[in-house]
Amino acid sequence: MSELRVPTMAQMMAEGKSTDILFWVGCSGSFDDRAKKITKALVKILNHCNVNFAVLGTEESCTGDPAKRAGNEFLFQMQAMMNIQVFDGYQVKKIVTACPHCFNTLKNEYPELGGNYDVIHHTQLIQDLINNGQLKVVGGDTFKGKKITFHDPCYLGRANDVYEAPRAVLEKLDAELVEMKRCKTKGLCCGAGGAQMFKEAEKGDKEINIERTEEALELNPNVIATGCPFCNTMMTDGVKNFNKESEIEVLDVAELIAGAADLV
Amino acid sequence: MTISSIVFILLFLGCTGFFAYKVKLILSNIRLGRDVDRSDNKGERWKTMARVALGQSKMTARPIAAVMHIFIYVAFIFTQIELIEIIMDGVTGHHRFFMEALGGLYTFIISLIEVLSLLALIATFTFLARRNLLKIPRFHKSEMTGWPKLDGNIILYLEFLLVMFIFTMNGTDEVLHLRGESHAAGSGGFGFALSSWMGPAFFGGMETSTLLLLERIGWWGHIVVVLGFITYLPFSKHLHIFWAFPNTYYSKLTKKGQFTNMESVTNEVKLMLDPNADPFAAPPVDENAGPPQRFGAKDVADLTWANIMNAYTCTECGRCTSECPANVTGKKLSPRKIMMDVRDRAEELGEFKRKNGVDQEDGKSLLGDYITEEEVWACTSCNACVQACPVNIDPLEIIIDLRRYLVMEESKLPSELAVMATNIENNQAPWQFSPADRLNWKDEA
Repeated sequence: MSELRVPTMAQMMAEGKSTDILFWVGCSGSFDDRAKKITKALVKILNHCNVNFAVLGTEESCTGDPAKRAGNEFLFQMQAMMNIQVFDGYQVKKIVTACPHCFNTLKNEYPELGGNYDVIHHTQLIQDLINNGQLKVVGGDTFKGKKITFHDPCYLGRANDVYEAPRAVLEKLDAELVEMKRCKTKGLCCGAGGAQMFKEAEKGDKEINIERTEEALELNPNVIATGCPFCNTMMTDGVKNFNKESEIEVLDVAELIAGAADLV
Repeated sequence: MTISSIVFILLFLGCTGFFAYKVKLILSNIRLGRDVDRSDNKGERWKTMARVALGQSKMTARPIAAVMHIFIYVAFIFTQIELIEIIMDGVTGHHRFFMEALGGLYTFIISLIEVLSLLALIATFTFLARRNLLKIPRFHKSEMTGWPKLDGNIILYLEFLLVMFIFTMNGTDEVLHLRGESHAAGSGGFGFALSSWMGPAFFGGMETSTLLLLERIGWWGHIVVVLGFITYLPFSKHLHIFWAFPNTYYSKLTKKGQFTNMESVTNEVKLMLDPNADPFAAPPVDENAGPPQRFGAKDVADLTWANIMNAYTCTECGRCTSECPANVTGKKLSPRKIMMDVRDRAEELGEFKRKNGVDQEDGKSLLGDYITEEEVWACTSCNACVQACPVNIDPLEIIIDLRRYLVMEESKLPSELAVMATNIENNQAPWQFSPADRLNWKDEA
């Protein structure tokens, strides 16, 4: 395995180099063991395509999204303004992130606090890389005859109307893409949004991720694809709940592409 | 002027006057809310209204209900032409005021209204069956008992009566006209699409005197139901027929994921981050500033007028609740109930303030007396309710404002979320990891 090339903004600046795009890793992507694999898969793709990117490393901080969803506007704005100072210090223009929550907040909620950047989700970047020929997906036998279903992250889909990019990317794989009954605008939440990721659910009949996993299992998929580290956690837990983890993988779009493009 | 004209005019003015009075009260209840600027992007707003309210674009997600609803909606709009004629006839004592002036067009319009009325009748029965026989879950949630359940049916009973009276009126008049006994000019068949055969088929064997009486019952029945409907409307969920238009016009145009920015907080945070700010300086005195605004919402007066207008627009169809991940998994939260609570509380508070003065408080609030904290914290902010609403109501904005009040005014939040906030403050991440370890993944196998 070749070593990952992950320059930081500080290194790039010290070397007098400019950066095309900032890869915002996010807290999940930095600390969560499962999400770190998604981060690395995306870096492999970026390295493979020679994308001139950098990360903030230890200068990165929470966007403030969970604070805002939980009603703590003070904390959100503190985080946002500190991050904006960092971005502006490095003259950041474009940001890519693998977390739809970070994506939504950076894209939609930072401008009113003075932070205006071109923010894209990693599935959109991968789509661009495929479209302009920088990334070739050789599905081969890996996905032949396999069924993939894509679970729409709320903050990518409904919140920002991005439904096609992840699907367009998945269609490049030599697999059968099947849709759950509740998909796209009607997609059912995994249960982690709105800061629910960090707390127990209120009393009810069922956990939301179980409801969603049941729906996915009806399709007998080989892979449940996601584009969000939180959704990934929730669906992985759901699949484990039904003891199906040996049959069904929960993978991020970046991981599927990194695998198919034979970068690993 | 005949006695019948006088009775008609008094009845008409009484009912429409009462309706206007109730609308004025509703407007004052909506004005309980704080101001929010929705005067931007007029072009986009008109387009949204045309697409969503006039064009019913969001109804299509549920095709059966959409088609049935279109029947009643289109029938309602075209029947207004006949209604105007009835009002003209009622005031002047004429019969079929527009007939001679419009000629063939009149035959076409009334025929169209008859066909649409039949479709509306089919829709009415379908809706009654869906509500009462088919047990569609969204019509049987816990908030849909008692008055809301009855309200939904009353509207349909009125619709049924209305169509029955139209056909009785036109059907009997057709037979009378054939006999040369109608109050309308001329004789022979009117040539209306349905009553030209339905009239003779149902009423052909009846005495002329009976027909004259039935025709009047049809005519008066129709207008009395319409006036009754207008009088009833302000007490009903059915107000969406009017509010859908301003509500979609003033609806949020930004991405659904973009939550409102609290400017009052921005000023504070900027001050905190400004190294040149004097922490001991007295705040500048603004003579025009009112009492300090609450962070978030505890009561309807803390919400925006757009939020309260949302509540009056809600027709309790329950699409929001049936799509809500919290609700479908048995949690207490129901976005429809949130909207009903906002409306009921606005009614209550508005009434109290009109009686006791605007500065008086009744000691109750939306949060606590109507909506529980458990409901507020069950939301995943997934926007399914916002997406599902056919008239662009936004329950999520209200839920988030309630959370803001709980967190920023009362520090009442689930303990795990308090820990999360502390982690962000101390470690720059919602989990307790060291910020120095943020890039460790790079070198891990």
